[in-house]
Amino acid sequence: MSKVLVIAEHDGTTLNGSTARAVSCAKELGLDAIDIVVLASGGASVSEQAAAISGVNTVILVENPANKQAVSALLAPQIEALSADYSHLLAPSTTFGKDLLPRIAAHLGAPQISDIMRVESARVFDRPVYAGNAIITVEAPEGIVIGTVRTASYPVAENGGSATIEKRELSVELPSHTRFVELSSGGGEGRPDLQAAATVVSGGRGVGSEENFSVIYGLADKIGAAVGASRAAVDAGFIPNDHQVGQTGKIIAPDLYMAFGISGAIQHLAGIKDAGTIVAVNKDADAPIFEVADFGLVGDLFEVIEELEKALG
Amino acid sequence: MKILVGVKRVVDYNVRIQVKPDGSGIATNGVKMSMNPFDEIAVEEALRIKEAGHATEVIAVTMGPKVAQEQLRTALAMGADRAIHVETDEDIQPLTGARVFKALCDKESPKIVLLGKQAIDDDNSQTAQMLAAISHWPQATFASSITLDGDKATVIREVDAGLETLSVDLPAIISADLRLNEPRYVKLPDIMKAKRKTIDTYTLDELAIEAAPTIKVLKTSPPAKRQAGIKVESVDELVAALKEKGLVK
Repeated sequence: MSKVLVIAEHDGTTLNGSTARAVSCAKELGLDAIDIVVLASGGASVSEQAAAISGVNTVILVENPANKQAVSALLAPQIEALSADYSHLLAPSTTFGKDLLPRIAAHLGAPQISDIMRVESARVFDRPVYAGNAIITVEAPEGIVIGTVRTASYPVAENGGSATIEKRELSVELPSHTRFVELSSGGGEGRPDLQAAATVVSGGRGVGSEENFSVIYGLADKIGAAVGASRAAVDAGFIPNDHQVGQTGKIIAPDLYMAFGISGAIQHLAGIKDAGTIVAVNKDADAPIFEVADFGLVGDLFEVIEELEKALG
Repeated sequence: MKILVGVKRVVDYNVRIQVKPDGSGIATNGVKMSMNPFDEIAVEEALRIKEAGHATEVIAVTMGPKVAQEQLRTALAMGADRAIHVETDEDIQPLTGARVFKALCDKESPKIVLLGKQAIDDDNSQTAQMLAAISHWPQATFASSITLDGDKATVIREVDAGLETLSVDLPAIISADLRLNEPRYVKLPDIMKAKRKTIDTYTLDELAIEAAPTIKVLKTSPPAKRQAGIKVESVDELVAALKEKGLVK
């Protein structure tokens, strides 16, 4: 029997939407069962959310005070202990999954397929290389198949499932060499999450300053959007790095992406390729962003935003 | 204290890569090659740690064909003390790469191994984590700040939710993210000096590297192209178009 184990990403209370995207990928493998593992300190709520995803058979809940924060060095041995029952192991290709999964793969002596964007068969996958400028079709060797799922390539699997929740105790020794100290968010409290938002309003170098970014926040709040930024805007100190969209930031797929003062470097475009509709506003008519935008408007971003706020008010 | 730092030869980040028409890979003939930008940041950080008096020697490591020594020379010109070249014409995948680093850690006993968070060619982002796993050492990936205090390091990591701080015991593996530092420019006299620095070479056999199962690349394709849309003349026209698609109210 071949089964896939999807590793849940969560913050202790809420299951991250990337998990349900990884489940969508898992469904395409065509295996006998899809299980989710929740490693938490108190994981009742998260495991219920995981059990509600349609297509999931069993949610394995491993409760341990050491799992209060997701520290890969501590999570990896626990998942390795569960892995013998599975033919496939998947995690979302977020910083959580990217940090954790290779640590497991190496212990198991298996290679890892990063950023799965298409499943051709249970062992053959497409994945992007060179910042998405080429796609390679790869075949995993014999043995357990381990991969991270490019979340922008898969929809959130629908709810409506009723998987069994199974509590497990694992007797594995956890290392003491790595300690969680703190997590600080770069701001944006109360706004939608950049990776989950249906609409994203994004600013680039053209915004000009940290103060001017208030205009971007203003429009985002008006239309209930998340706020993104180009690497240039982040590097210039206009906005914290957790807003960065692009190959080295977040790869997103909102229904609507609005780019203001973003020229459209290759690395930025790699992060928005899967957006439903792209709107670009830039005063430079030759900016590369217009080559991928569904709707381009050449003009001053501040004037455009002012008019937009009136029109959408 | 020694620091081992990884250096990978990749297609320069400014090159617009071309997929070969027969799907066998990407065109690299006559294409400019450079050190992976994240590795440059790793080298810079290793040098700064040494300059702050926390390390005595910075050793740059690469694996690849003979020409990969060019990138080692760059690392030496930046200030690395010596270099190790694991010479092979094989395509080194992350698990094998991690095993090579492990073998070199056994020889050199570094307190810190600094690697780039990913190579900009295969975009795998695996080697640091795999090395940490097989060494049973701590890992602190995607680092934007490293502070050393005796036999511990405090590392701030760039994660999706913001900035996470980890405290790790040394020896540890740390992977460098973009904002860790800005690498220095190499000056001509440094390039001349670097020519006199030592590069030791090994083969995979000499390091007794166990062959790892590998992922087979079946074909390489260009990405699906996103079609350019239309230019609108006014905000009203834009709003009307977005309303028609039901994207705004």
